[in-house]
Amino acid sequence: MPTAPPGEGVEGEAVLANHAAAAGKAGDTNAVLRVWRNKEARAVIVQILTLVILFAFFAYIIDNAAQNLARLGKTFSYDFLWEPANYDINQTLISYTLQSTHFRAMLVGILNTALVAGCGIVLATVLGFVLGVLRLSKNWLINRIVYCFIEFTRNVPVLLHILLIYGLILNVLPVPRQAWDLGQVAFLTNRGVFLPMPVPGDAFAWTWVAIVVAIGLTWAFRHWARKVQDKTGKIYPVFWIGFGTIVGLPALTFLATGAPLSWEVPALTGFNFQGGMVARPEFMALWLALSYYTSAYIAEIVRSGILAVHWGQTEAAYAIGLRPNRTLQLIVIPQALRVIVPPLTSQFLNLTKNSSLAIAIGYMDIVATIGGISLMQTGKEMETMLIVLSIYLVFSLVISAFMNWYNKKIKLVER
Amino acid sequence: MNEAPTTTQKYPPGKHPSMPPPGIASGPLLWIKDNLFGSVTNTVLTALSIWLLWVTIPPLLQWGFIDAAFSGESRKDCRAVASGACWAFIQNRFEIFVYGFYPKAERWRVDLSGLLLIVAIIPVLWENVPHRLKMLAFTAAFPFVAGWLLVGGLGLKPVGTNEFGGFLLTLVIGVTGISFSLPIGVLLALGRQSKMPVLRTLSVAFIEFIRGVPLITLLFVASAMLSYFLPPGTDFNLLLRVLIMVTLFASGYMAEVVRGGLQAIPKGQYEAAQSMGLGYWKMMRLVVLPQALKISIPGIVNTFIALYKDTTLVIVIGLLDPLGIGRSSLADSKWQGLSSEVYIFVAVFFFISCFGMSRYALYLERKLDTGYKR
Repeated sequence: MPTAPPGEGVEGEAVLANHAAAAGKAGDTNAVLRVWRNKEARAVIVQILTLVILFAFFAYIIDNAAQNLARLGKTFSYDFLWEPANYDINQTLISYTLQSTHFRAMLVGILNTALVAGCGIVLATVLGFVLGVLRLSKNWLINRIVYCFIEFTRNVPVLLHILLIYGLILNVLPVPRQAWDLGQVAFLTNRGVFLPMPVPGDAFAWTWVAIVVAIGLTWAFRHWARKVQDKTGKIYPVFWIGFGTIVGLPALTFLATGAPLSWEVPALTGFNFQGGMVARPEFMALWLALSYYTSAYIAEIVRSGILAVHWGQTEAAYAIGLRPNRTLQLIVIPQALRVIVPPLTSQFLNLTKNSSLAIAIGYMDIVATIGGISLMQTGKEMETMLIVLSIYLVFSLVISAFMNWYNKKIKLVER
Repeated sequence: MNEAPTTTQKYPPGKHPSMPPPGIASGPLLWIKDNLFGSVTNTVLTALSIWLLWVTIPPLLQWGFIDAAFSGESRKDCRAVASGACWAFIQNRFEIFVYGFYPKAERWRVDLSGLLLIVAIIPVLWENVPHRLKMLAFTAAFPFVAGWLLVGGLGLKPVGTNEFGGFLLTLVIGVTGISFSLPIGVLLALGRQSKMPVLRTLSVAFIEFIRGVPLITLLFVASAMLSYFLPPGTDFNLLLRVLIMVTLFASGYMAEVVRGGLQAIPKGQYEAAQSMGLGYWKMMRLVVLPQALKISIPGIVNTFIALYKDTTLVIVIGLLDPLGIGRSSLADSKWQGLSSEVYIFVAVFFFISCFGMSRYALYLERKLDTGYKR
């Protein structure tokens, strides 16, 4: 595809003037050539041509699609979303039965994707920061071990990691009857991890209120402390006071209202556990594999971010009398974060997109529900694939919008 | 430590008591002290790592080597001699792992393509190879030559692409994606930098779309949806559809890497090229792109590695790469329950190739980094 040079143009105008003179003699045979030699005109022509070709292409494939659909006796409509789905989903965060609609199945899928992506992002970040710091440790042994782990993890496809972990969970963990129990309340089995479920009583609402109030108070206190510091230079231990408020106030409220929370402990009945919460093997495998796979990348990002802060910064901080803790907190970490956050965003996006590999082990995410079983049952390939693609686009946009906002917040403010 | 005699005390010549020996100043002991037991945290970390190694390495070695069976005709044979890994399975199926279902009589074509691949890579890897330009020309032609060799036609017996599988399939998808995504990625990056709004918008939309969706959904589109958009009655090869999708996917990422390189070129370079009277394409070809591509090489190699690892995803639409071969072979009742062996074998294969590529990227990074170092 021919593309015109960027249209700035002292040179272009000179050429144009020459050609205008030449064209005057040769008449309009050269008119086309003259327009073509004008950079701006050429840019317009190229763009119009591109658009025409693009529209023609889309018209062509849409026409093809219409013909193909007509030939197969199908129509393009989203009515199927309101028909009963008639298939079972093994992990549902909202109520779902066989009679629920395809739309409901899609919602279940979206929530499952969001759950595994959200949990994965949290664990991957924590693990990644720990590994990244350990990778910088002076301890040779731990340094090497982390290095080997990172290299092994990064150089093997994520799908293999998922299958490997899934295989390990199914084969190494015991059957429910011989479950590994953790203090008689949580159980590890190859049918999943069974955890006690908190059942809040009526008075538990007060604890929620207390949490909200504590966060509000902390925020106000921070605001006030910063004002005082700007005015007088006096520093309050904002972190510890805030931490104390956020933990202490709800805890006190909880105790004062008579600890209105009971636990539903899973119990072995027949061949499996009943009650409590269960994290199924598919979820565990996907979550763990995605987390450690992504954490290897995050570790390298963290390491390079910390190394990117020049040693002179630390020396300068010491020279003006900051203690090591304050140096780390005020000088090193803010600068390292600026390097870390942009690539961290793309790792979060990668994790979310990689969660689509769920289909390989039967975790019911978007691809497996609406793009898998619903597609097979209704034969609506186009409609369902369009839904799946747009959901992922929305996920990506939301994550990158949030991280861009965060990035802007920590960015260097230049004069 | 002993109390050293103070200097104020006076001794007659020759009567000075011996000083205590100095602490460790060098040698392995000091190294151990500094690097493993330097502080309390350090000592704890060392103890933890030793424990970690102790619980993981010996059982793995036991399972993988000492208790492993290396020959046999079924899983029962393995279990009869050893309780650990059953590598006999891999040995038994090795040819399928490498060639897939490629006809036995024609396998020399695969071997020849592999050999040519090595020849094609050499001039890319090293700068001072004799006749580098001629060899690079061959490298550019290689995908087509190999395509002809593998698919057949024009005098060679045609082989259906449904017979491709195993490492052959991985390499076909990887090499095709790598060789076609780079030029497309460069064009997209230029489009994104273009001053023409239509081209720029289209490039941005394409790149962001590709980067916003997972490869797996694109593969589903290729397998389930693409045939709707073709003229009625036509149908084209599944492998070809996958190749197109993988190439487009990788080129979206490549475009961003190249854009990074383009942005790092100072504006003065563009202006200098323009002031010499170079047009857009000449400016890009002779001045800007050589520099931009050079600094983005590490990123390009990383994209290649990602693409190469992503080739495993084709199993979800039914193509049999090594992982798919392994999983389908496990369905054979003689070999059931050996999934760990298969996964580890495939993991080792990917590790070797990807680790090699990433080492190469590091080497290039060091070679190209001529800036100021601490």
